[in-house]
Amino acid sequence: MKTTISVLVENHPGVLFRIAGLFSRRGFNIDSLAVGTTENPDISRITIVVEGDEYIVEQVKKQLNKLVDVIKVSKIIPEDSVTRELVLIKVDAEPQVRSEIIHMAEIFRANIVDVSRKSMTIELTGDKNKISAFEELLKPFGIKELVRTGIIAVNRGANSIKIEEEN
Amino acid sequence: MKITGAQALIRSLELEKVKFIFGYPGGAILPVYDSLNYSKIKHILTRSEQGAAHAASGYARVSGKVGVCMATSGPGATNLVTGIATAYMDSIPIVAITGQVSTAVIGRDVFQEVDITGATAPFTKHNFLVKDADDIPRIVKEAFYIASTGRPGPVLIDLPKDVADTKIDFKYPEKVTLRGYKPNIIGHPLQISRAAEMINQCQRPVICAGGGINTSRAEQELMKLAEKGSIPVVTTLMGTGSFPTDHPLYMGMMGMHGLSSANKTITEADLIIAAGARFADRTIGKVEGFAPEAKIIHIDIDPAEIGKNIHAHTPIVGDVKQILEEIGKNVKDKKPSKWNEYIAGLKEKFIANIDNNLLNPVEFIQQLSNKTKGKAIITTEVGCHQMWTAQHYEFTKPRTFISSGGLGTMGYGLPAAIGAQIAQEDMMIINICGDGSFQMNLTEMATAVENNLSIKVVLFNNSGLGLVRQLQEFYCEKRYNQVHFGFVPDFVKIAESYGFKAMRIQKQEEILSAIDSLISEKGPFLLECIVDIDENVYPMVLNGSPINDMIGG
Ligand SMILES: Cc1ncc(C[n+]2csc(CCOP(=O)(O)OP(=O)(O)O)c2C)c(N)n1
Repeated sequence: MKTTISVLVENHPGVLFRIAGLFSRRGFNIDSLAVGTTENPDISRITIVVEGDEYIVEQVKKQLNKLVDVIKVSKIIPEDSVTRELVLIKVDAEPQVRSEIIHMAEIFRANIVDVSRKSMTIELTGDKNKISAFEELLKPFGIKELVRTGIIAVNRGANSIKIEEEN
Repeated sequence: MKITGAQALIRSLELEKVKFIFGYPGGAILPVYDSLNYSKIKHILTRSEQGAAHAASGYARVSGKVGVCMATSGPGATNLVTGIATAYMDSIPIVAITGQVSTAVIGRDVFQEVDITGATAPFTKHNFLVKDADDIPRIVKEAFYIASTGRPGPVLIDLPKDVADTKIDFKYPEKVTLRGYKPNIIGHPLQISRAAEMINQCQRPVICAGGGINTSRAEQELMKLAEKGSIPVVTTLMGTGSFPTDHPLYMGMMGMHGLSSANKTITEADLIIAAGARFADRTIGKVEGFAPEAKIIHIDIDPAEIGKNIHAHTPIVGDVKQILEEIGKNVKDKKPSKWNEYIAGLKEKFIANIDNNLLNPVEFIQQLSNKTKGKAIITTEVGCHQMWTAQHYEFTKPRTFISSGGLGTMGYGLPAAIGAQIAQEDMMIINICGDGSFQMNLTEMATAVENNLSIKVVLFNNSGLGLVRQLQEFYCEKRYNQVHFGFVPDFVKIAESYGFKAMRIQKQEEILSAIDSLISEKGPFLLECIVDIDENVYPMVLNGSPINDMIGG
């Protein structure tokens, strides 16, 4: 089972080290991890996809919460949230297959961001399913390189993950 | 007027009411030692940094205050590591201060550089690398707050030399604002009333009192609840002393080397009230088969402990003192029941089997307990002697058993005794040790003598590593390896050369008068007892067995 967890942390050096250390030390498996600053530059948001049952997810949440630099930990509920990931795929693209690839990219609303004589680089944003479907389609052409950002997620509607500031 | 970062550090420590620092100097921490010249804080020079960290831990456990230890960068800092990890596992509040190389060269592998915040991240509650001298007062304030509140633990402050030399305007913050750290103190009222209800409904309750009772000074609330509901009490190793051993409701220490009465009571209970205990693996044995019929109320300040090892039917997060008090108010008075009668029958006086003239260590501890009326502060090292002490010394007061439970660190007891004696000048402090453990930090005898501390050491010398030998006996079919010392020094001479009075006994009949000498002697004293390496610790629960399945229980 995969669960997405959103973690608000102090934007201090060493925070990522503590979090990564916690995962390796306690034997939690990270599927993906994405970090960036938020609307408040003092706070970063880390989106972690963890692999594990309910017990593991509970432990992950509780152990993260123990870190002094962790301000808030929230589980992302798939039905109530929008999750996205960005991938860059460099694919073999000899002239005779190029139009086919471009056509597929259009269907997936992917962008072609670089073209050379023998290859093309395509950028695609989407959720996990969309990205894997696209990857499958491109495989026969020969994928030379693939990079993913890791999932980021936000709740639907007005409901947002924020810290309650006192005073 | 501007002061240096080092002066700001010392002034901040003074404002935190620090009276003692246990430490060891060096290059990177020079500015701090220089500033210490002008402070009222007393520095205790130990003989290794590990000793300093353990002494700070012993001091913290006995005084209830934060213990402070200090070391230079590199090897000084790494020598602190074992002490910090030991404090972490037993939730002891210490603040460790380390010197660091200058910020300009951090990361270049210069002389005596080590990434100590990186190294200690897994076993500190929090740590700080100070990059800006203006942050020093805030960081010290936060460090003491984090170390001492919630579930206590060690905090490390790493101070680069140039930061210590930087001049700042000193201003000490009045309060701490940490948005990521807000320990929950007050137990949830609904959970509390549920717990009380469960206690009122059940037939076979037992309280399992852990180290949290000692930490939170909740012994009176524990006593009230136990007596009101006629609820028997067992303790974990860390909970030793939190409930008087001579009380009729006391069933003993539970666990791998727990007493049979305690392990049986827990196993047969229909309700366990775990109070400031974390269901550690050594305490509960095999998880399946642990108290099969019991519902569990789990009280702990650390939410991450709840449900970690054992499922809790009623979890209550908060300070065990407040929670026990509240539960106590809602519990009905109950007279002793059939359950109490039944388990009272499980208690038996452990008679040491004295088959020959050799000195029996259990007998010794029972006599020591009688003679000191269970009122000394006992520190231990790790091994058979530690378990015998926990099992057979009749502790009557909380926070008088000072031992490394979670990490099981040999070499803890002597430096911890030094910290304990400094915290409690008037109490008798006895370090009970084995010859293996004693040789890890025996240099701290010098610290004791230098500071006029009349530490008593009881050394059970079996010329080897008794507890590991016992493991090899059971798990390796007696293929003993590296558990017998080929050379054993003359401990009496060693002790004497450090300025201790010392004496050696090896016969049963010498015990009583030797204990008298130990107690009546004013200064530091070492009593070496020659014991047979075949003396094992019983009962013993084998790996993978439930705790009511005991050998020799
Ligand atoms: C620092 C450290 N190293 C190794 C161990 C493993 N260990 C546990 S008990 C023990 C033997 C202790 O021997 P001693 O202090 O003589 O006590 P005894 O068991 O003989 O009473 C050892 C080696 C440990 N707990 N701590």
